[in-house]
Amino acid sequence: MLFFLETVITGLLAGVMYSLVALGFVLIFKASGVFNFAQGVFALFAGLALYDFIAEGGWFHDLFGFVLPVWLGIIATMGVMVIVAWLVERLVLRHLVNQEPIILFMATIGLAYFMEGLGDTLFGSDVKPLNIGLPNGAVDFLLDNYNLYIEKLEIFAAVVAAIMVTVLAIFFQKTRIGRALRAVADDHQAALSVGISLRTIWVIVWSVSGFVALVAGIMWGSKSGIQFSLSLIALKALPVLILGGFTSVPGAIVGGLIIGVGEKVAEIYAGPFIGGAIENWFAYMLALAFLLFRPQGLFGEKIIERV
Amino acid sequence: MFYREAGQFKTSYRADEATFPILQDKIFVYAFLAVAFLVVPFFITDYSANAILVHFLVYALAAIGLNILTGYCGQVSLGTGGFMAVGAYATYKLSTEFPGLNLIVIVLLSGGITAFVGVMFGLPSLRIKGFYLAVATLAAQFFLVWLFNKVGWFFNYSPTGMIVAPPREVFGFLITGPEASPVVRYLFCLSIVTVAAIVAKNLVRGRLGRNWMAIRDMDIAAELIGIRPLQAKLSAFAVSSFYIGMAGSLYFAVWLGSAEPTEAFDIFQSFFVLFIVIIGGLGSILGSFLGAAFMVLVPITLKTIMVDGFGFAVGAAKHVEVMTLGALIIFFLIVEPHGLARLWAILKEKLRRWPFPY
Repeated sequence: MLFFLETVITGLLAGVMYSLVALGFVLIFKASGVFNFAQGVFALFAGLALYDFIAEGGWFHDLFGFVLPVWLGIIATMGVMVIVAWLVERLVLRHLVNQEPIILFMATIGLAYFMEGLGDTLFGSDVKPLNIGLPNGAVDFLLDNYNLYIEKLEIFAAVVAAIMVTVLAIFFQKTRIGRALRAVADDHQAALSVGISLRTIWVIVWSVSGFVALVAGIMWGSKSGIQFSLSLIALKALPVLILGGFTSVPGAIVGGLIIGVGEKVAEIYAGPFIGGAIENWFAYMLALAFLLFRPQGLFGEKIIERV
Repeated sequence: MFYREAGQFKTSYRADEATFPILQDKIFVYAFLAVAFLVVPFFITDYSANAILVHFLVYALAAIGLNILTGYCGQVSLGTGGFMAVGAYATYKLSTEFPGLNLIVIVLLSGGITAFVGVMFGLPSLRIKGFYLAVATLAAQFFLVWLFNKVGWFFNYSPTGMIVAPPREVFGFLITGPEASPVVRYLFCLSIVTVAAIVAKNLVRGRLGRNWMAIRDMDIAAELIGIRPLQAKLSAFAVSSFYIGMAGSLYFAVWLGSAEPTEAFDIFQSFFVLFIVIIGGLGSILGSFLGAAFMVLVPITLKTIMVDGFGFAVGAAKHVEVMTLGALIIFFLIVEPHGLARLWAILKEKLRRWPFPY
């Protein structure tokens, strides 16, 4: 029983990590209708940039002879992500307005390739341990009293995710820009006609998802180092997305939790019978099963089709 | 828009509906085929066959398959790598279990088996649409690769988990295995791809192809005018998987010779074929060939230029190559979202009016 509980909690926390990535997808999809495959690479890129600002072995240290404190490094990385967002809008999206979704999707895969190559060329492709002083190891209190092994980092990630979702929700509901974002998400043309600048909105949205990617990059980077495989977490986030619905922020969170728990429980209780290592596809199958009953995902907007 | 050349009159419906209604097109295609079958084999080397020609043909075949599904029927699929794996493992099992079977029969049977698997994974498409479907097909990708990794029966319990193509002959010529000559392998692939392309070209302009296109353009409207989505979508999945299965079969047996599922059939394989289709042009058989040529030649050219021309280290060159490829893809999508096939059509249009553009 205790073991089951530990499995479920670990699963829930892993699910939070998936949600962090999925959140970035949802933001961009809501506001610009672009399915941004490059989100995983964004996380990788942000992690690499952050590493270079704050670590002894990074570029920044080589150029100026000192490293930035962590908080300044995070701000500087955020600056980098805003520049990336602006460049993406300026060089890619602006020219692809009104194209079919699949074309935009392919463009983001091209973007993923480009940024991956760029990241490797600029920062090198070896594994970089990211250490910004986040807590590590098991939670002593739970380990001593209940014999539960729970990573501190994952608890921390869950708290950060909760704060981030709250902040995003307030940002979307209460601020002027948030209202504009929701207007654009509802209808591009109508938003344009009441004087909302699509271009500005897109830059903002891509920056926000760059920020989400930075948080995801920090969390995953602290967990397993910054390396190429970080860009593959996008593939982990996709089933979360279709399960929760492309257009729903709560969907990304709940989807992540379901996938996280389902994956861990299945791996431990069903995995040994069919050969193990089923984590790769189980999430997809789970999401597929859900989709057969709700084709728009759990929280997605109902798809209404007219002739 | 002119659809017919001046001076070429059609007096019967048959002539009007020919595969290549324009005389120049016909001559061009026959000349191209003649060169490919009769001239190229004399100049072929081991390197050019392996790295360029067979490589190109295999991906052209896979791209035709994906183009039928995505370009003609509008169902985005990211499971291509997994379906190619099905074709490859079917070939391996068939050729080791039945050593006497003709390789052509094996390739066709592999396609058939893949078609069956494709229909299974196509079933959700009846309810799930768009990107939801694209992500759902990833389930096929990951599940199939996992299956071929885990179940020993598929790779005959070989300790490494690799599958190696046994040497097989067609009409007395050795096709697979390390001893096969490049010319024979090239001609074998070329023949299969040629026949497959002709069949595809005729399929997509027949009843089946029109059903697919109607579903692509708007499936509800198509349903209202009496096209059965079940049949149309599943037949697209079946035909598409059949082609992809044959491509996987050739990919493994003729081109690579040996394969290991996690590396050879990973998700980037699926993306690669999807890139070919998009860059070549959605809904165009010609486009599949143009796209395959582009995606095969550009990386090789880039690598040659950087490593041999500028003396880059191979590792760094790989990163720059990935980056350049990404940039080129974006550039192409911006300049011509309808792909190389559209560029070719524009060129034809211009030639038609030359030298009086107005």
